[in-house]
This record gives sequence, C-alpha cells and structure tokens, in this order.
Amino acid sequence: MKIHIRNGRLIDPRHGIDARRDLYIAAGRVVGVGEAPADFHANRVIDAEGLVVCPGLVDLSARLREPGLEYRATLESEMRAAAAGGVTSLACPPDTDPPLDEPGLVEMLKFRAKSMPGPRVYPVGALTWKLRGERLTEMAELHEAGCVAFSQADTPILDTQVLQRAMAYAATFGFPVWLRPREPHLIKDGVAHDGAVAARLGLPGIPVLSETIAIATLMLLARETGARVHLCRLSSREAIDMVRRAKHDGLPVTCDVNVHHLHLTEMDVADFNPNCHLYPPLRSQRDREAIRAAVAEGVIDAVCSDHAPVDDDAKERPFQEAEPGATGLELLLPLTLRWGRETGLGLGQALDYVTRRPAEILGVDAGHLGVGAPADLCLFDPEAWWQVTPGSLRSLGKNSPFLGMEVPGRVRYTIIDGHIDFENHTH
Amino acid sequence: MSANLQLYPDGRLRHLLTLDGLPARILTQILDTAAGFLSVTEQEVKKVPLLRGKAIFNLFFEPSTRTRTTFEIAAKRLSADVLNLNIATSSQTKGETLLDTVANLAAMHADMFVVRHSSSGAAHLIARQVAPHIHVVNAGDGRHAHPTQGLLDMYTIRHYKGGFHNLRVAVVGDILHSRVARSQINALTTLGCPEVRAVGPKTLMPRDAESLGVHVHTSLESGIRDVDVVMMLRLQNERMQGALLPSPQEYYKYWGLTPEKLKLAKPDAIVMHPGPMNRGVEIDSNVADGGQSVILPQVTFGIAVRMAVMSILAGGEMGVKSEKCYAAMMHRDPTALHRP
Repeated sequence: MKIHIRNGRLIDPRHGIDARRDLYIAAGRVVGVGEAPADFHANRVIDAEGLVVCPGLVDLSARLREPGLEYRATLESEMRAAAAGGVTSLACPPDTDPPLDEPGLVEMLKFRAKSMPGPRVYPVGALTWKLRGERLTEMAELHEAGCVAFSQADTPILDTQVLQRAMAYAATFGFPVWLRPREPHLIKDGVAHDGAVAARLGLPGIPVLSETIAIATLMLLARETGARVHLCRLSSREAIDMVRRAKHDGLPVTCDVNVHHLHLTEMDVADFNPNCHLYPPLRSQRDREAIRAAVAEGVIDAVCSDHAPVDDDAKERPFQEAEPGATGLELLLPLTLRWGRETGLGLGQALDYVTRRPAEILGVDAGHLGVGAPADLCLFDPEAWWQVTPGSLRSLGKNSPFLGMEVPGRVRYTIIDGHIDFENHTH
Repeated sequence: MSANLQLYPDGRLRHLLTLDGLPARILTQILDTAAGFLSVTEQEVKKVPLLRGKAIFNLFFEPSTRTRTTFEIAAKRLSADVLNLNIATSSQTKGETLLDTVANLAAMHADMFVVRHSSSGAAHLIARQVAPHIHVVNAGDGRHAHPTQGLLDMYTIRHYKGGFHNLRVAVVGDILHSRVARSQINALTTLGCPEVRAVGPKTLMPRDAESLGVHVHTSLESGIRDVDVVMMLRLQNERMQGALLPSPQEYYKYWGLTPEKLKLAKPDAIVMHPGPMNRGVEIDSNVADGGQSVILPQVTFGIAVRMAVMSILAGGEMGVKSEKCYAAMMHRDPTALHRP
C-alpha cells in the first residue's frame, strides 16, 4: 500500500520539523518527506488540509486486560481504542491474570496483538514470579519472547534484598527496570493524597513520603547495582526534586507521569468522584504545578495514559472501595494538547513527550518520521473539540474524570506499519 | 460541590450528607425546628402525623444500636413507617453491591434512606443514584461525617450557652478517625464559633488538620484551658493496634478527662460525649456523671434533631408548617429539667 499524505502540517520532534510538507509511505516505511521518491504512484491519497501529521503516539502504560481480565476489556476493544487515540506503540504492564511472568504468555499476547489491527504491543515482563516479590523471573527468556523491560506493576517488592537482586540481575543483561515508587507500609488502606481534602472527607491518606522514601531506596540501589531505572508515575514535587538531583548526579534514571496528573488535583476528589480515584493519588495544586513545570523542563521524560479500564461494578462504589484507575488511551492526545496550550508550549514540544521521548525509553524504532522510519502516524485536527462521553470512547473502560468535558484534538487517521487502522471523518 | 448534591436548586435541603458546605441558615432552621419538636417529646402524646404514609428505611451497613434506635424513635414520632435493615449481615455478604441493594429497596417505595456505612462517601454515592423523590440522611459514613450527631451537639451547645459567637470549644480525642469530630468542626465554624480546638496526640490528628479551621493542641491541659465546651470523642479499642497508641492506661493519663483537668476549663464549661463512652479511657466516671456533664440531654435532643431533619426533608409543605407551629411552643422551655 502506497499512501500520499498531502497538504498536512508535518510535525516531527526528532528532526525539528514543523512545516507544511507532504509525506510518502510505501511498504510500511516513510519513503519521502516533502518530495515524492521517483516512480511513486499512490494507491491512496489523503488530503490532510487542516490536520497535523505527526509520529504515532507511544504510550508507556496501557492495560489491555488480557489475559484473564476480559470482563473489564478485551484486546480487541483496547487495540481499537488505542488506534482511535492515535497511539501506534504501547507498553503493557505485567499485571494481567496470570501475570506476564512466563515466555509462553508473552508470546501469546504478542501473537494475538499482531493478528488484529491496532498498535504495536510491547509487553513489560514481571520482575518477580507472580509479582510476589520473592523469586526472580526468567528475564532473559522473557526478553527473547518480546519483553522490553521488567516491572512489578502496582505491587511493590517488600523485601529490599530481593529488590536489589532483581535489579542486579536485570542489570546483568542491561534490561531496564520500570518501577512505581511506593513504600507500602506508608500506604496500607490509603486512597487519597494525605492533605487537606483527605482530612476534610475522612479518607485514609497516602503521604508523599510513601513516594519519596521509595525513590530514595531505588536511587541508592540503582547506584549500587547499575540498573537502568525508569520511575513510573511520579506525583509529588518532592519526588521530582529527587529525580532532578539524581539526574544531575549522572544516574541513568528516567521517569514519567500520568497525563491526568497534569490537569487534576486532590480538589477533584472533593465530591467523592470515584473516577478521580487514581494511583498514585491526585495531589495538591502545588504538586500539579511542579509536575507541569518539570515536564516542560524535561526532568520528567514522558507523559503516558496509564490506561486502566475498570468495569462499573468496581467503580460505582464508595470512593475508598472503588478500584483506582482511569481509561486513558483516547485521552492521551487531547490532554497533552490541552496542557501544551495552557502552558504556551508549541505543538511540537508538547507532542515530543508522547512520541519521540517515550520511544527512546521503550528503546524501539518509533516516534519519528524521517525517510526510512516505520510508517506509524497520527493525523489529527487540533482545532476540533469533542465531548468526552461513554459513547465517544471506544475503550470498554468508561471511567474517566473528564466525562462531560470538552477536549481538543480529534484523530482523523491512524496509520500503523503503513496501514490505515483508524479513520474518522465525523465532526 | 458536596453542598450542591444536598440542596435543591432553590436552596432547600434535599439530602443531609455532611455539614461541610451547608449554609448557616439551614443549620439554624434544623435547630429551630428541633426546638419545636422537643415540646412534643415532653408531652403525653408523643406522635405528630407529619410523615404519615412515608416509608423510611434504616440501612445500617455497619452495626449500631444507639443511632439506629434514635432514628427509629424519631421516625415513629413523626408517624412514618420504619423498616430497619441490618445489611452488614445479609445481602452484602452474598456479594450484592451497595447500589444494587439500594435499587432493590427503592423499588419497595422508600421515601427516605437513613444510611450508615463504614466507607467515607457511601451516602454521597447513594444520593447520586436515587430517584428524585427519595431523600438520603447520612447516619455516619466511615471517617467522613455524622451530620445529625453534629447537629444535636450544636443544639446542646445552643441550649446551654445561648449561641456560638463568644465560645471557645475543644474537641478532644481521635480526630483522625472521627466522623463526629468532622461534623462538629464543620458546624461550629459555620455557626460562627470563634475558636475551635482539636486536641489529641499526633498519631490521632489528620495531616493538615488546621485546614479544617481548628487550632491544634497536643496537650489536653493547654487544649481545654478556659474553654466553654469540652466535646470528648469515643476512642475505639482498635486504636490500640497499628502503633497509634501504646495503651488505654497511658491514653487516660494524658488525654482522659478527669475532674482535676476539667478545672482548667471555665467553671461553667459543659462536657459532651457522643457515646458510647469508655469510662476510664477517654473520660472519668466522675466527669461523665458530674454536674457539668450534659451527655444524657444530648441523647434526648438527638431525637428532636432527627425528627427535625426528617420532617424538613420529607415533610414538604408540612415540614414548613411544623416549623412555624412548634416554634410557637418554644417559650415553654421543656428542657429546663436538664439544666446542670
């Protein structure tokens, strides 16, 4: 399939391009930027007048709920949602049922994902068997099966010696370790930021200390073991300060933030809205401002959706009993655009955090549009606003704090490996 | 945000979920209405027909005898039909969700749900889901709110102190886990009490407690010095687990209210407790049964306050009439018996 995308505004953060250029695609690759290669005859011409043409989004955390949790969402539904959100590559955490701790499970997931339209799926393997924090998994085997990194998803390792050994073993092969900083003893039954709103609503608190103490431990272990640590979903100003210092000291550490934390604070919980029950929790306005500044500054390396489809039965409960998480694949682009507009960043710089930078953390060839690059693209209308409603989301997860709100950026085409996997012309 | 869920667009009360964000005029309306009902409780005929034909469901997802009983008495004195459901021991254990239970009961033509639940926000969740004609009264949700307790405490203070504007009030004990404390603090700050103190050890104090509008004292001595009202909180036995407190004995020694410590408060200070009391833990028997204690009148006032809440919510026009009608009887001062 040869595609000619004409009249679009091409944004390629890696090559610093933000200009009106045509793009030419053949055999799953970009074959021409600005000028058609010789003898190029398109099977399909897309008129991208008024649209932004950018690399497809790379999402560092999207739960597809397979295997085992198909009552929440299915691979089909979430792959479709990803394509509708302009996401062309995604990493899925190992907290499936069973967890991704065996090569066979990873191969099956990759095989199933490849058999259907939608993004490239990069599984993150379990760091310990059954995520129990006791025994190491066969990381090298899992890597051969397709795992790009190793993680504990939301379950921390309680035994610091096991954590140290897991990091050392991963470092043996140079595998990155993706960890959520959480000191579980300081969390226990906590469900909300331990601040003014939790005090008022009588919600058990999750202190910032649970994050910073865990980061302190991880940074010391990273130094000791030489493991490449990626910190998932930072939430507080203090955590950001620690990562800034660690980077300054030359530690090979990267980190990301959930796109929801760019916009929301503990105040959004104030009417017990279970859709605002996230982990880590929404923190104070001071923390949100620090996160927004740290992304623009580059201390935070990437923005992800932390997509977590949760069924109504698990959400429509009293706040503290509701399962944390929000659907996000289809909101990653709009919420990133909204943040970019509000902070006055250019479109190219905002898109950098959901394309080139996460692709580098993932260590895959994605997130750019030079000649020879994989033909993974997102074409969207930056001026089209749409209302987030259960019906407007293709994901089976309808749990979003943004339900009822208007967001900018409507995806018109998603091209993955040279195929048009999503097309939408409604207004 | 919470207030909007509780009020009709015209500002009338639709549900009573929390005192946080409720305007002073509504708190005062409830207290004034309760004053009228208090004459009823002192009369031979203890029933008024305000809620005849209305079905009130007491939904207790957490065990309670005292609160459930006072709600039941209040509803019966308003001539409502009352159904008590102890759901802690029935359908919830069979896996039914909270909202399914409520939907089923609503289908049985309920007019009001009185809800107690161990999770903060449970009453809000129900209020968001019920049909427009159904009212929800929060009878205690997790650590969040216990608005009728807060209101009956305000009634008690107003009764003995005449108002709130010149008072110094101390709330003593487990502020962190107490829904009663939150409702008391909300009501006191809304009604214009100039100084509210929260007194207790740091392990039982919420982070950012000052944001609730209180002065934090860790010592009982400084906390109750020169106060007009001492509101003691119940200390749950389970606080001795989880490294919050070392022992009931040490707690009593440092935060238990004894006659000697009470002398630090103003000579005419009143002592309150929401019950049930742990004598010898948070309060000494000589204080609980002493001349400054108004703990039993609190219980009596509680019935009138709950009648007021239910009649204002479900009485419609009748509720308004009741307020006017019984306000006229206030001059009889039926509570003189309880003066210390």
